[in-house]
Amino acid sequence: MNSTTTLDWTTICPLDRLEPDRGVAALVDGVQVALFRTADGLFAIDNRDPVSGAYVLSRGIVGSRGGVPTVASPLHKQVYDLHTGRCLDLPGVAVARHDARCRDGLVEVRLRREG
Amino acid sequence: MSGDLVVIGNGMVGQRFVDALRARDPQGRWRVTVLGEESRAAYDRVRLSAFFDGVSESDLNLHTPHDGVRVRLGEPATAIDRDRRVVTTAVGEYHYDALVLATGSYAFVPPVPGAELPGVFVYRTLDDLAAIRAYADGRRVGAVIGGGLLGLEAANALRLLGLSTDVVEFAPRLMPVQVDQAGGAMLRRYVEELGVRTHLGVATTAIRPGPDGAVAALELSDGSAVDAELVVVAAGIRPRDELARTAGLPTGPRGGVLVDGTCRTADERIWAVGECAAVDGTCHGLVAPGYATAEVVADRLVGGAATFPGADTATKLKLLGVDVASFGDAHGTTPGCLDVTFTDPATRAYAKLVLSDDAHTLLGGVLVGDASAYPTLRASVGGPLPAAPLALLAPDGGGADAGALPATAQVCSCNAVTRGDVDAAIADGCADVPALKACTRAGTSCGSCVPMLKQLLDAAGVAQSTALCEHFDVSRRELFEIVQVRGIRTFSRLVAEHGRGRGCDICKPVVASILASLGSGHVLDGEQASLQDTNDHFLANLQRDGSYSVVPRIPGGEITPEKLIVIGEVARDFQLYTKITGGQRIDLFGARVEQLPLIWRRLVDAGFESGHAYGKALRTVKSCVGETWCRYGVQDSVGLAVALELRYRGLRAPHKIKSAVSGCARECAEARSKDFGIIATETGWNLYVGGNGGFRPRHADLFATDLSTEVLIRLIDRFLMYYIRTADRLQRTAGWIEAMDGGLDHLRAVIVDDSLGLCADLDAAMARHVSSYSDEWRDVLDDPDRLRRYTSFVNAPDVPDPSITFALERGQPVPVRDRQPVALGLPEVRR
Repeated sequence: MNSTTTLDWTTICPLDRLEPDRGVAALVDGVQVALFRTADGLFAIDNRDPVSGAYVLSRGIVGSRGGVPTVASPLHKQVYDLHTGRCLDLPGVAVARHDARCRDGLVEVRLRREG
Repeated sequence: MSGDLVVIGNGMVGQRFVDALRARDPQGRWRVTVLGEESRAAYDRVRLSAFFDGVSESDLNLHTPHDGVRVRLGEPATAIDRDRRVVTTAVGEYHYDALVLATGSYAFVPPVPGAELPGVFVYRTLDDLAAIRAYADGRRVGAVIGGGLLGLEAANALRLLGLSTDVVEFAPRLMPVQVDQAGGAMLRRYVEELGVRTHLGVATTAIRPGPDGAVAALELSDGSAVDAELVVVAAGIRPRDELARTAGLPTGPRGGVLVDGTCRTADERIWAVGECAAVDGTCHGLVAPGYATAEVVADRLVGGAATFPGADTATKLKLLGVDVASFGDAHGTTPGCLDVTFTDPATRAYAKLVLSDDAHTLLGGVLVGDASAYPTLRASVGGPLPAAPLALLAPDGGGADAGALPATAQVCSCNAVTRGDVDAAIADGCADVPALKACTRAGTSCGSCVPMLKQLLDAAGVAQSTALCEHFDVSRRELFEIVQVRGIRTFSRLVAEHGRGRGCDICKPVVASILASLGSGHVLDGEQASLQDTNDHFLANLQRDGSYSVVPRIPGGEITPEKLIVIGEVARDFQLYTKITGGQRIDLFGARVEQLPLIWRRLVDAGFESGHAYGKALRTVKSCVGETWCRYGVQDSVGLAVALELRYRGLRAPHKIKSAVSGCARECAEARSKDFGIIATETGWNLYVGGNGGFRPRHADLFATDLSTEVLIRLIDRFLMYYIRTADRLQRTAGWIEAMDGGLDHLRAVIVDDSLGLCADLDAAMARHVSSYSDEWRDVLDDPDRLRRYTSFVNAPDVPDPSITFALERGQPVPVRDRQPVALGLPEVRR
């Protein structure tokens, strides 16, 4: 994470626009982001499923594995750690994660350009 | 050893021999030629009578094709030339380096006057049965000569064909070989209650013709006569040893090709297996010893040293609905042996155990009416009793547990598998019954030892985990009961009280399905929405590129031109790839999420509703065109299919449910490949359950016959509801029935005879489903909250997903396939 550069926060939508324990897709600076509202807070990761290449992670089922908040790809069910973006089923596979927060009832996302 | 191997006979044992040899000779050192007399390849003669229950010829088929095995059917061997080592048939000669005789038996017809009359049959082959069925048409009374196992099967067949039936048996009791006098008396009560009259201790002295020259009556040795327009002779079997005799091979004292314990005849190149073989002088008429001879010869031909292990003559069968079992020294012929008997006139059960003179060793026994203790008892023969005799004989065999068996006890007699073999397989890691079946072959033939396999797993301390996932320690079935009994209607309460964590993609859809089955409103209401898989969340089928497909319901595959035009217009206007499905409906592909409500608005306005192609739910009830148009149809299959599809639409289940209705026995709707399939008969409907296509195709089993529409629907209601309540996650009906203790018989007991007292509840549950059905898509279109999820991007709803793009293929849009697939396991990841 040392080489991570961060950009500005982008306002996405009111918090109540997000269903609890479900995701939505958002477009931030041309990047498709999957945004989740869970009991552990807000999470944002790339919407692109790295296994299939389809932009579908926002439509996965949110849950937990061993206490870690997760989302499962709706295509082939690989599970990703929402904190780290790491795939818990396939070694070496991960998705980029982004920052998400709620300010004054509005959800904001800040892209991380990692690399 | 290698070269040309000729097998004469393609019956059950002949086939088993070829299977066993091929398994031991993968290099194909033996080039095999099988000569079969019948025009059919090997079939299951043990289940022959099932032919009259509607089981088809193909269901009975046992033949497995093998590389390097040439099968010549309808070409009986006519001679063996041992000097030239050649077998002759009507059309040619076959050289052999080894020859296996598997010629079986023929039905013995006593030399009674009139035995050659038209209308007198034997009961041996499928052709015999087909001839009996054809001849029975329009006739009223039949008789069977012989009250043994085969005779009672034949009597039941005549009964099923609608004939009033008499059985004539020379011995003073039915099934004289298998049961004793008291057991026979109990059996007789059952049989006569079914309307079959028995004449015991009398011989048939003549078969008399009527004025038309065909059989009309039997004359008995007590001077009485029995009317009979059709007679089946089931007076025993005799080994087919004529080829061997003519070739100069020695035969046994009571016939049969004489072989030693290695199943070899006096000619070192010739072997005999099955019913034609007199092993050390004795012929065995049961399939289990026959299979044993097949295994012995297969082993010897690849250089092994197997010998015939001795015949287990134990038998368990269901005759005319009565369980009958006999094992070991059933008649107590061992000097000094003791009998323990148990007769319960109330439940009409009879049982006898034969014990050694010190009452410690089980020698044999007879069970009539309730044979549930049979597997354990049979396996205990020759060893100590697994429990006190009375406990063993109590109804349900409550005291019989395989855990008490010694390692040498044979658990599966069909495949000669001992408890030691099973324990070894468990120690090697077999953790469930399917694994044990695959590893040891135990339970793969008659299946009666499957309950013992489970007991042995238990005894070995192999706990089959039924936990759904890390969040719930219980199975889907237990979770269903918890939700139902405690009235819990939210996932959060359920996981808080009965689980842990936040759930996952396994337990959440399971709970969503359970809640839907219990009638908890729209699947997208409140918290339920967060539990749904993406398909159920968008009420459409996710495709590989992130787009969805749309399937409107077309009940029974019947559609008006106007509706067909609407589908065409919608597909054209939204540029959807269009394909006819296997379930007689139309799938529209390539819809983006934001298009789904627009598409469905037009479909719903035209009278369509959700087809639930996205759900673990009833999919379609396929149909043939039926009697309305088809010149062969005997019932209105389309009408029934439409009614069933409308009745069960929207029903959520552990897995998808498919169905079909065929209007006649030609079965054009392929109903037997469905979870529940219906085939019309002249007088009603036959119901089949537990079929599926897919990865492991399985034909559905006949469940009930000649049902009225009303009874049919009641049985399907209960079948589906019982499945929904008790199946595991993602378990189709086939696997559910296979895993059920007691299988199809148990299922029948529960939903036909109401053995668990559940039927009223199941009926009420289905009635609730039918009355509360409402189209999910129409409900979504009427609700702005539910519609909100159908957006491409929450902050840019006007921008369509740029990743979904199409190319044209054969004039239709298809996904552009330029995505870089991720090589699994390779770290392409940014850190």
